[in-house]
Amino acid sequence: MNILTMKDLCLWYGETQALKNISMEVPEKSITALIGPSGCGKSTFLKTLNRMNDLIPGVRTTGQVLYRGRDILAQGVDVTTLRREIGMVFQKPNPFPMSIYDNVAYGPRTHGVRSKAKLDDIVEQSLRDAAIWNEVGDRLRRSALGLSGGQQQRLCIARALAVEPQVLLMDEPTSALDPISTARIEELAQDLKKRYTIVIVTHNMQQAVRISDNTAFFLLGDLIEYGSTERIFAQPTDKRTEDYITGRFG
Amino acid sequence: MRSRFDQQLAILNEELISMGALCEESIALAAKSLTEGDARMAEGVAPLDNEIDKKERDIETLCLKLLLHQQPVARDLRQISAALKMITDMERIGDQASDIAEMIGHLQGRGGSPLITEMARAVIKMVTQSVDAFVRQDVDLARDVMAQDDVVDGLFIKVKTSLTELIANGARDAEYAVDLLMVAKYFERIGDHATNIAEWVEFAVTGIHKGAAEL
Repeated sequence: MNILTMKDLCLWYGETQALKNISMEVPEKSITALIGPSGCGKSTFLKTLNRMNDLIPGVRTTGQVLYRGRDILAQGVDVTTLRREIGMVFQKPNPFPMSIYDNVAYGPRTHGVRSKAKLDDIVEQSLRDAAIWNEVGDRLRRSALGLSGGQQQRLCIARALAVEPQVLLMDEPTSALDPISTARIEELAQDLKKRYTIVIVTHNMQQAVRISDNTAFFLLGDLIEYGSTERIFAQPTDKRTEDYITGRFG
Repeated sequence: MRSRFDQQLAILNEELISMGALCEESIALAAKSLTEGDARMAEGVAPLDNEIDKKERDIETLCLKLLLHQQPVARDLRQISAALKMITDMERIGDQASDIAEMIGHLQGRGGSPLITEMARAVIKMVTQSVDAFVRQDVDLARDVMAQDDVVDGLFIKVKTSLTELIANGARDAEYAVDLLMVAKYFERIGDHATNIAEWVEFAVTGIHKGAAEL
């Protein structure tokens, strides 16, 4: 089943068109990688999926983004609920300046969870799901800012998971991390896809090959090619895709 | 971009051409020795086989380094993995030529046959063209090589038929005929290896090996 369907999605930053008639489908419980050179529109596309682009003045969109069959770009959509169901993890880990516990509990509290017992459960489960409980379970009251980069990023993933999303958007989640932290997050992503749908922007071709099921190649706002990762990286149909993934330009 | 990688791929091509040339030289020398019944000339084939073996190891090392350092995908990955397979076939070609050269001593000065000479010419052409096809990424040329294998197989059957008649003529001829049949079989196997090389060329360009999509 396709959890997300984009139909002729266009986006403008003022007069500049950043996305040009993007149509594609994201299968549920899979990892979809978005690749392409800088400025191609992949991060813009990612941020459209939970309307983070709304926060940028002058942004205009046409077309549709269907989430479970409902157009999230339509009038009257509750973006707070949308962003709970379609969560986001950014390139630079951005823990809140508060305790590890409060970072994870922040989202559930915002959505009305008051019971301490329930919050305790949610925090522990989220940290376990993000593969960081073993490292922080005994010091939840300490500041999140004291964690390493890799731990902070996993904390951010836990924070996103705490509000029970359906989709996780990841914008180059490991580009600021060391190789070991990167490997742990890649392994985590492959575990998480059993329960969540993940869409990930990455500049790392090998990462896309290692972890994603499908890959979309963007160039200058166009979706050039989209298909199974194995096919895209073994026998791309479009020469521009082949030139990009073989490093002949980028 | 990736000019260093492209340079290394160019070196890989040069090394494959070089290995192909050694194979051709080896087959040609074995064939000439056979035609002239010259066992001493045939002794020149073994050193060529040693060079071919060394080339295989060198190219294998180069390919593994390219895989490690460059992490290729798509056409680059196919090209390098095809090269790894091709050198195995070329190394076997060197062995077959060496085996032919060894047989010449058993023939006691008697030469080969026009049909075997024709087989030798045909397989040399197949080896040359298959390596050429790889370097030029020429699928049509590769398929032409594959078609030529039928010609070589046809020649082998003719050789076998004529040698069978020879065996029926007497014991001395029987032993000679059996040795010659082995020589013909070695040439036929060289044709098979050249065909394998051509099939890997097709894979490198199209991603399809022997008609079945693999990568």
